[in-house]
Amino acid sequence: MSALTETVVYRRPESLVPIHTHYCPGCTHGVAHRLVAEVIDELGIRPITIGVAPVGCAVFAYNYFNLDFAEAAHGRAPAMATGLKRASPDRIVFTYQGDGDLASIGAAEILHAAGRGENLTTIFINNAIYGMTGGQMAPTTLPGQRTTSTPTGRDVEFHGLPLKMCEVLSQLDGSAYIVRRSLHDVPNIRRAKKAIRTAFEVQQQGLGFSMVELLSSCPTNWGLTPRESLDWIRDHMLPAFPPGDYRVHPALAERGATRRADGAGGALDGGG
Amino acid sequence: MALELLEGNIAFAEAAIRAGCQAYFGYPITPQTEALEHMARRMPELGRVFLQAESEVAAINMVYGAACAGVRAMTSSSSPGVSLMMEGLSYIAGSEVPAVLVAVMRGGPGLGNIAPSQGDYNQIVKGGGHGDYRPIVLAPATVQELIDFTTEAFDLAEKYRCIVVVLTDGNLGQMMEPAELPPMRPVRPFSERPAWALTGADGRKPNIITSIYIDPPVEEAFNRKLMAKQAEIEANEVRYREFLLDDADLAVVAFGTAGRIAQSAIREARDQGLRVGLLRPVSLFPYPYARVAELALQVRAMLVVEMNGGQMIDDVRLAVQGRVPVEFYGRMGGVTPLPDEILEAIRGLAAKVPPREAVG
Repeated sequence: MSALTETVVYRRPESLVPIHTHYCPGCTHGVAHRLVAEVIDELGIRPITIGVAPVGCAVFAYNYFNLDFAEAAHGRAPAMATGLKRASPDRIVFTYQGDGDLASIGAAEILHAAGRGENLTTIFINNAIYGMTGGQMAPTTLPGQRTTSTPTGRDVEFHGLPLKMCEVLSQLDGSAYIVRRSLHDVPNIRRAKKAIRTAFEVQQQGLGFSMVELLSSCPTNWGLTPRESLDWIRDHMLPAFPPGDYRVHPALAERGATRRADGAGGALDGGG
Repeated sequence: MALELLEGNIAFAEAAIRAGCQAYFGYPITPQTEALEHMARRMPELGRVFLQAESEVAAINMVYGAACAGVRAMTSSSSPGVSLMMEGLSYIAGSEVPAVLVAVMRGGPGLGNIAPSQGDYNQIVKGGGHGDYRPIVLAPATVQELIDFTTEAFDLAEKYRCIVVVLTDGNLGQMMEPAELPPMRPVRPFSERPAWALTGADGRKPNIITSIYIDPPVEEAFNRKLMAKQAEIEANEVRYREFLLDDADLAVVAFGTAGRIAQSAIREARDQGLRVGLLRPVSLFPYPYARVAELALQVRAMLVVEMNGGQMIDDVRLAVQGRVPVEFYGRMGGVTPLPDEILEAIRGLAAKVPPREAVG
């Protein structure tokens, strides 16, 4: 028996708590949680990492991560994380926020955290809809998209146009790493993980604000099956929110990155 | 330590520093901006945190975050800014982290003006933000008290893991008078942060700080815990000051600046032969209901003086329970009453209400 060896190829990250989540079947929050947890494990920063949960579907994220966690008011996670980080500069602090939380009610807080070059990492889940409250229009809802508060589709003449947060935040000099990835298939999930890792490394190196936007699904409120939802990301969200590296700190670019915003991802995340 | 000529806003900021405040977050607003400016100079030179936030909404949430990290954290603001902080204050109350706010009231409602007022009594003392909670509220009447109460606020906030508000007005914030600052206390080292603080789950179970209890019975149990804590605060932390009440048959009840001005009026009234004294509540929560109730058995009437339309008077009436007449004199909108006006109100009350013996 002693001659037998076991190679573990897949297991639950230590940074995740072994319980069921409340997320709907087919929702990509679970994928995003796992990627963040894997990165924290791989970087060996679990004992010094503090998360800040949003208001929205991920409000209970603190139950799923095996980390110190705070639960912020709606949209205020970047301000709360600023207080945490300034009080403990040697800790790793990240926020996990949805599109309503980050791009609507918390637009001022995320903008100024980035503008200050606050040494934080933000994981931004963009699923183009309000999930928790039952499918209302988000600031990222696509033109024509039906939600419970745009029952005939988002009329841009009436409701305006979607906010593109990577494009906005990448204009700020305090931003060190602003990228968008997608969770609709395996190659893109692998790229997303590499980007999340880079974002946490940016914080470790004290380079400034880092954010990874993740295009995500909401089968329940989109009224689609999980499979159809992934296709909907590919067919509808990718053209509106192109994945890519929107701002990369020169210190990272020197590592051989090429900045691309064409959906293929940069060399930073290994191509693929 | 010796007496120095100090402006109120700078005095409370320096007092907070000496009390070991490790993080200050604020947003400029008159009439308390000198405090923010003092912090901007002093905190970085001491290696502590000063940050001018993008709004009062952000400032209070930064305080919330820093408080979660287990450091002594505070902000200061004035009426419109404090209104913006109500969301954050409710969350802080709902997650039981200690935090200190110095609220320097000004005329309102709305943008109002930048003159002294007490128009935010109900907002601050009754909780202000959503949900069932009360902060400890301390109301100074002198720069010395402003220093002392700010210093003590940090200890009380940590003792009860609650919000402590030092409630003052633009008058005291911008007044200069001799006062003594406390000795400098060091900030808490990282290794001595509280066990509940978010410092990283290193060799222990994760700490979670949240104000959401999705299951109503669990939320109710949490609310009961808050109520029990409030009862403990009510039992232990009632503070008030008295002036010439021993033989008084008329009592003036006034807090903060109004109490200080009333004291001048009472001196004059005594010279005119009126047996009048002052009860100046210092803790507005917990309110000195028992002392007011006791006075209702002694005096023939009470006069409540406030720099608002009549807010604390509800608490006085609650304690008096109709035993004696309770009259009101107030100025609003940033107007400060003069001692003569209050004296006139005292004389009017003395003439109107018969001696207690006559009432039988």
